[in-house]
Amino acid sequence: MPETRELTLGEAVREALAEEMRRDSTVFICGEDIAEAGTVFKVLSGLVDEFGPERVLDTPISEPGFTGMAVGAAMTGMRPVVDIMFGDFSTLVMDQMVNQAAKVHYMSGGKWKVPMVMRATLGASRRSAAQHSQSLHAWFCHIPGLKVVLPSTPYDAKGLMKTAIRDENPVVFFEDKMMYKLKGPVPPEDYTIPLGLADVKRKGDDVTIVATSSMVQVALGAATMLDAQGISAEVIDPRTLWPLDEETILESVKKTARAIVVDEGYFRYGATAEIASVIAEKCFFDLDWPVKRIGAMHVPIPFSPPLEDATVPTEQMVFDAARNMFE
Amino acid sequence: MTTAVDPSKTQAQAEAEQWLRMYRQMLMIRSFEESANDLYTRALMPGLAHLYIGEEAIAVGVCQSLNPNDYITSTHRGHGHCLAKGAELDRMFAELLGKKAGYCKGKGGSMHIADPETGNLGANAIVGGSAGIATGAALSAKRLKTNQVAVCFFGDGAMGQGLLYEVMNMAALWKLPVIYVCENNLYNEYTHNSETLAGDMVTRAAGFGIPGEAIDGQDVRKVYATAKEIVNRVRGGAGPAFLVCNTYRFHGHHVGDVKRDYYRSKEEETMWKTQRDPVKMLADWLISEKLADRAALDKMHAEVEAEVKKAVKFAIDAPYPGVDEVHDDIYA
Repeated sequence: MPETRELTLGEAVREALAEEMRRDSTVFICGEDIAEAGTVFKVLSGLVDEFGPERVLDTPISEPGFTGMAVGAAMTGMRPVVDIMFGDFSTLVMDQMVNQAAKVHYMSGGKWKVPMVMRATLGASRRSAAQHSQSLHAWFCHIPGLKVVLPSTPYDAKGLMKTAIRDENPVVFFEDKMMYKLKGPVPPEDYTIPLGLADVKRKGDDVTIVATSSMVQVALGAATMLDAQGISAEVIDPRTLWPLDEETILESVKKTARAIVVDEGYFRYGATAEIASVIAEKCFFDLDWPVKRIGAMHVPIPFSPPLEDATVPTEQMVFDAARNMFE
Repeated sequence: MTTAVDPSKTQAQAEAEQWLRMYRQMLMIRSFEESANDLYTRALMPGLAHLYIGEEAIAVGVCQSLNPNDYITSTHRGHGHCLAKGAELDRMFAELLGKKAGYCKGKGGSMHIADPETGNLGANAIVGGSAGIATGAALSAKRLKTNQVAVCFFGDGAMGQGLLYEVMNMAALWKLPVIYVCENNLYNEYTHNSETLAGDMVTRAAGFGIPGEAIDGQDVRKVYATAKEIVNRVRGGAGPAFLVCNTYRFHGHHVGDVKRDYYRSKEEETMWKTQRDPVKMLADWLISEKLADRAALDKMHAEVEAEVKKAVKFAIDAPYPGVDEVHDDIYA
């Protein structure tokens, strides 16, 4: 009888890390408050008990420093996982990720490799205000040499994290901090999910909704609402924004002839812009309606609850956009 | 590292050979840089050329104290470090010219030469940018128990970069085998460091409990002796070290920096070139100690020049990479 169990997304990430650390002694995690504290979100709780403080390495508050060290350690035989507590702090490590990690392999003519993972959170809705609520993943997608992963379910989180750790390149792994308590089935065994393979989270015929990270739940909610109206929505989760599985997205759009792209990053120049462009360039004559993009409002994320809530895409917004395509 | 004693050689002979070897390396770097200057001014070398002329004693003195598998990271003024760590002249020149035969298949260029075979983690065009990489390599060496050390070369300009202090803090906390070598050539590009560095440069590391010292970077004998002692200590588990080598770049920040009188005087340049040239200083000492005569040194000079000339020809004749290779090596 197959074992069935549910884990939260946070537990799935922790299980992936623990399994990889057991499997490969060169894997280590470093970051602020990750050992005894287990990170502010408690995702890493207990790991230090099994692996010790040298492999679950509490660092000073020095994001550029320890990210840079991870680059050097990755080049010289280790597989570091860097924990960036809030994705907003990735602003501090851009030189190390963009000028160093992403470039080393290319600039050295393929001689040095940087097998590291940078984990960071994204997402608003915690009333944390403008410096703790941004979704900056699109920045990293812009840089050749990096790979960018955004899991939307516990199952995906475990499989994608294991692949990210085993990848020979720098991978940036974004976890939505509102999803750490999201539960879902996670097999206890070892499995991986290839980077660059989208997942059809819901089959449908009338409209394609491409959604990332927590926006997958938003899209699924909207799809249920649309169902009641007789509109069948297909929800596609790219899972990795780079590499991007264009094929799965385009196939779906060719079938439905309508596309909505939803992402919690800033709307302007964001992930939605890229995906919508791909669809427009490659499926223009298959479309019955212009591609619709929905992203975070182009404002610093405000503190006040009603204001913050207004910045994040909702089921209603996705529903309205889809509904509009059939009027 | 000690090697088996050759009974036919006296200690003095062995030492003489060692200094002559370092002299040859300094000549090689000097000649390489003069040729790079020539290639650049003849428009054969694209991009930028930051010459190391005047600073050769540091790369040679430090790298001679390292094992072949020890790590280094370098800077935008990095040709000397790469050569001193064992890079070949021909592939170096090929890289400078953007040729496929270069160390990085022509994709890195002058400022990014890397070579795993000689432990060279790469030159870096971001000032202070490699401090993290060198410290991370030291972390690996410690965790994997490889007995390697990592040397991070940087200029006095990097003393203004926060990354350096972040990693010094962690290297000291975790007793990592890393040596921070500051090549203090007095100028942060076009600005004298009296305008950019507050307080005392050497004692900055002391704040982290990292021992530091400043030495004459023009005297290769001093650099080598000091580096050797530091490397032994660091390899033995003492934790990081900081070494300031006081030096001078004879040329401008880069080859195009020819009108320099607004930031430094002709007299100052002349003084360093005539009285503080590391190559001349070692030659004079070798002759005065009767370890070599002028004719032998001249002969060595001619040999090195011929080698460099041959390497330049190799690079000029070498093909460029195919345009279809532009997408190679983005991902491993």
